[in-house]
Amino acid sequence: MAKGRYGVHGGQYIPETLMNEIIHLEEAYEFYKNDPSFQAELHQLLRDYAGRPSLLYYAEKMTKDLGGAKIYLKREDLNHTGSHKINNVLGQALLAKKMGKTRIIAETGAGQHGVATATAAALLGLECEIFMGKEDTDRQALNVYRMELLGAKVHPVTSGTMTLKDAVNETMREWTARVNDTLYVLGSVMGPHPFPMIVRDFQSVISREAREQILEAEGKLPDVVMACVGGGSNAMGIFYHFIPDEQVRLIGCEAAGHGIHTDKHAATIAKGKPGIFHGMKSYFCQDEYGQIAPVYSISAGLDYPGIGPEHAHLHDIGRAEYVPVTDEEAVEAFEYLARTEGIICAIESAHAVAHMKKIAPSMRQDQSIIVCLSGRGDKDVAAIARYRGVKIDE
Amino acid sequence: MSRIAKAFDHGKAFIGFLTGGDPTMEKSEEFLLEMARAGADLIEIGIPFSDPIAEGPVIQAANVRALSAGATTDRIFELARRVRNKTDIPLVFLTYLNPVFIYGADRFFARCEEIGIDGIIVPDMPFEEKGEISRTAADHGVDIISLIAPTSEHRIANIASEATGFLYIVSSMGVTGVRSEIKTDLRSILKVVKENTDIPAAVGFGINTPEQAAEISGYADGVIVGSAIVRLVAQYGEEAGPHIYEYVRQMKDAIRDK
Repeated sequence: MAKGRYGVHGGQYIPETLMNEIIHLEEAYEFYKNDPSFQAELHQLLRDYAGRPSLLYYAEKMTKDLGGAKIYLKREDLNHTGSHKINNVLGQALLAKKMGKTRIIAETGAGQHGVATATAAALLGLECEIFMGKEDTDRQALNVYRMELLGAKVHPVTSGTMTLKDAVNETMREWTARVNDTLYVLGSVMGPHPFPMIVRDFQSVISREAREQILEAEGKLPDVVMACVGGGSNAMGIFYHFIPDEQVRLIGCEAAGHGIHTDKHAATIAKGKPGIFHGMKSYFCQDEYGQIAPVYSISAGLDYPGIGPEHAHLHDIGRAEYVPVTDEEAVEAFEYLARTEGIICAIESAHAVAHMKKIAPSMRQDQSIIVCLSGRGDKDVAAIARYRGVKIDE
Repeated sequence: MSRIAKAFDHGKAFIGFLTGGDPTMEKSEEFLLEMARAGADLIEIGIPFSDPIAEGPVIQAANVRALSAGATTDRIFELARRVRNKTDIPLVFLTYLNPVFIYGADRFFARCEEIGIDGIIVPDMPFEEKGEISRTAADHGVDIISLIAPTSEHRIANIASEATGFLYIVSSMGVTGVRSEIKTDLRSILKVVKENTDIPAAVGFGINTPEQAAEISGYADGVIVGSAIVRLVAQYGEEAGPHIYEYVRQMKDAIRDK
């Protein structure tokens, strides 16, 4: 059995054409991971360009309103490009450059990873092409133009369900056609090894900071750490350094769309089965013959039929809990956070806020919760207006 | 001698691919039998998958047509059984790992054995992951057909030395589909292959003209053609039968006596 296993999950289920490149990537990563000058360069980019460390903000007004545990928000929405995606992208783009690559390609759902990748490519002087489901290019037209402004070429993907999973398919196909000068900058803790490990390591900066910040603020560890989960990169990032702290509950919030009793959801842990897809063994929404199911969420970033293999393992061993959150609950939380704290968060992140609202009131006031606010919500304002039946001109 | 070995023991082999259930189960059976009648030496039947990441647009579309027409793994088994009842040609499935994993490897290969399926090609299962099904497949007498790519380099020796059935040499980078030119140094790849195994090696990906087939079969043991045949189904739909027959006959003629 190959490397990169998390319990039974993970692995490297990819075409032979990509195998040497994937092995090469792993070797390069293992080298640069331990290379002080690479780490110094990355650290400087994260600090001076992305704006790290991100704030751990005590949401006092929301805490009072909910009347239970103290709520802290890890403000990844304040990073340059407006989400946690930049943490991983700066790492991978720098790695691409060190590997002598001149071109990076990536999939994107909501467009946050695409924008981050295009940004890093512009900064580091790399050619950049982004694959995005046709349905998502329509839902997130502004982000398409944003990527083009940054010099990237955006390919609308018209195969399959025309969403994130199809964008991943097409990016993999493109990579098999051209590996020599190109690195696939995968956006989540998914795909074949070493991607789940690389993306987790680059995102783990979130929990490295958050753990120090909460200890400073509260003098003790939080009781709950939570995040939204599509592929699961911001969740893996905020979970990682808390995994050894067994008293800290880790909660991932999946997109339940219209509800997990309907066929319109993307709740992989709640409704999926073990499978092998996109290079990894994990849980997937699929039919009885293993055809990958069309999934749905109001959030393009959570609209994915699988989940990263390390999450699948954390679920198997009971270290993390995964809960479904519907569109309606997420939209209500999106509006609630805006009104209460003056923060318009990404609809993805609003899934975590929604579940926090459910559990915080029943917790004690000396307890605390950290919610990862993975992104900002400018991109979602028009869609939320549509959801509420409000007509606005963009 | 296995049916696969026999396919290569009388000159160069022509291997034709069709997606099972495209455009319907009935027509699919007719088209597969037309390939056999036209002189194909081995037939690959694709078990359709929702997300075939190694396929180009032509075979992707065939997967969509087949699934929309109601193709399932069970129905493809029934199709294969009907074909097997009418011909002794070696039959090899091509599918992705998930449909096999979900069906249950043991149940899947037991059915293959019972029907008389000779091998399986899984494009998303590299050498490192073949343990997922290799023992079960072997227990049921089904050969796993391994792929070698233009980028395989030092991996070729390992893959070839453990290969069963025949080797599938991928001619080009990228996904399946018709190509006007094949630039990979296939001769060098085949040289390493032959140093490491006695089993036959066939070349696929991009081959569509009789000239290409003739040239490649000058040094390979066979040629594999998929997209060019599937394209006829896209073009002629239910009337594709005679066109498939004519095309396969021409291609087989081109490699005879090479």
